[in-house]
Amino acid sequence: MPDTILVIVEQREGKLNRVSWETVTAGQAIAAATGWILEAAVVGASAASVAAEVAAKKVAKVYAIESPKLEPYTPDAFAAALKQVLAAKPPKLVLMPHTYQVRDFVPKLATAMGRTVISDCIAFKHENGKLVFTRQMFQGKLAADVSFGSAAPWFVTFQNGSFRGDKAESGDSAAPVDSVQVDIAEGVIRNKPQEVFKEAKQAVDLTQAEIIVSVGRGIKEQKNIEIAKQLAEALGGDLAASRPICDSGWLPMDRQIGSSGQTVAPKLYLALGISGAIQHIVGMKGSRTIIAVNKDSEAPIFEIADYAIVGNLFDIVPPLIEELKKAKAGG
Amino acid sequence: MNKAAFPLAAAARLYFKVFPWLFKVTGQGVSLKILVCMKQVPQKDAPLKLNETGAWIREDVSYEVNEPDAYALEEALRQKEKHTGEVVVITSGPARSQQVLREALAKGADRAIHLEDNAFVGLDAFNTAKAFAAAIKDEKFDLIFTGLQSDDYGYAQTGVILAELLGWPHATIIMHIEKTEGGIRVKRELEAGFFQFVDMPLPAVLTIQSGINKLRYATLIGIKQAKNKPLRKVALAEVQSAIGENLQKIERLYIPQKTKKTEHIEGSPAEIAKKLVDKLRNELRVL
Repeated sequence: MPDTILVIVEQREGKLNRVSWETVTAGQAIAAATGWILEAAVVGASAASVAAEVAAKKVAKVYAIESPKLEPYTPDAFAAALKQVLAAKPPKLVLMPHTYQVRDFVPKLATAMGRTVISDCIAFKHENGKLVFTRQMFQGKLAADVSFGSAAPWFVTFQNGSFRGDKAESGDSAAPVDSVQVDIAEGVIRNKPQEVFKEAKQAVDLTQAEIIVSVGRGIKEQKNIEIAKQLAEALGGDLAASRPICDSGWLPMDRQIGSSGQTVAPKLYLALGISGAIQHIVGMKGSRTIIAVNKDSEAPIFEIADYAIVGNLFDIVPPLIEELKKAKAGG
Repeated sequence: MNKAAFPLAAAARLYFKVFPWLFKVTGQGVSLKILVCMKQVPQKDAPLKLNETGAWIREDVSYEVNEPDAYALEEALRQKEKHTGEVVVITSGPARSQQVLREALAKGADRAIHLEDNAFVGLDAFNTAKAFAAAIKDEKFDLIFTGLQSDDYGYAQTGVILAELLGWPHATIIMHIEKTEGGIRVKRELEAGFFQFVDMPLPAVLTIQSGINKLRYATLIGIKQAKNKPLRKVALAEVQSAIGENLQKIERLYIPQKTKKTEHIEGSPAEIAKKLVDKLRNELRVL
């Protein structure tokens, strides 16, 4: 019997989180490389409709893992439910998207099973029959190929954007859906989650912006935000920032780009003094053109930049604003 | 009532004024004993080089405290100031990593625990959590804070694993903490600007998001006082029996292959400005 790969997709209130398709694509690629069988699972109070959606893809089977206690989400219930299912029929490999929800429960699940998670991976390699997973380290400055030293199941989470969700292959016919009712004992769930909410309505929608000038730590002081603002105005674009700038209160939170802020894909993304931590990059790597200005020639932002300017932004930006003004005036 | 006739009661009143945390009371004002897990990581802009094993970096770089851990410490200090209690900081790593503990003591932490050995650097999250659990087995904390992830490995796992090893509930990516009647209410950050309040019992483990508060600086007095605060060293041998082989292994470390072709724009700032505007207008057509 060949080994099994299980992709656990993510749903909320009966709606599939689209990033799950990326994990299905990853699972299909690993299945093709190893010859292992690919299955999928949905976890929730009522997982049937999402399970049917996933069953249209090229997978051998879909499990709908259900219990009324899985809604609302708690790490206790998710870990308990999945531990039951995985212990009963352990797959070799369990794949999930590296979402905030997965980060919340998967280390608990793996620990409860005496296993480990290789988290936030961006690729896999299958070399001489051995599977290794590539993940970024030191804020993206280095990459590591990591292997498992434990018995199966092996848990892996993939970073948002590492595989193309739209490349997930459809199956010739719908895969069978197995409904699995799990029993979560009284007292297992200790946290009481309240309603999910959004803080004050977002005033700025950067997802529609065509040009974004974004500032990071390199801007040094709040008063220096002004030159970035002038540059954004000269380009006819919007001003945005990486997380530390918004944390410091130099720009409002609704201008934050990254995993905890907005995800954007403008025609032009001009990054000023942004080093390019993973949490920022996942929010802007889909931009058509990326220009980065940073004094550190090894800043990870240059890995994804189309145009790199290594230098002090305070030297680079003022003449750029002047030149743009001249160009606009018909110079 | 003759006060002198009740010296014990008078002493108790005095102690209550000076050391209120000695007297655990119910409801509001319950004191909190908080452990903060901290890590020393290479400075953000430190140039990194691979060592001869090809699986780790050369360690002759500058280090700093992992940023989310600094916020975790700050939050612990604020909770202690509000509710009284004790803040203990813990780290693992070679002698150099003691700096992180010294800074925390200078900022107001009461004592520190240092799992001191270079071998701790190479542990995976599972073993690091096991070593911490072993080092604190005789302690009784109400809360354990960690930063939400480290800037070196970036596992985002150690806190959650520690909670499971201790059998405690946990919550991740926390932006606010409030003591309640039966435990705590925390604000979890979700993706894309969403949040959620979660009520949970104590003891609990929380992983703290950067930006939850404003960091303080150590004062001169704090730095002076830190020298006299207790720092317990834990040798590898003391926790060795708790840890095992790593469950995951770094096969190799390398500079990532570029997926994009990057064009460098060079020259004086004025030349760069001219070249860039030309590209914006003629190649990218965004002007």
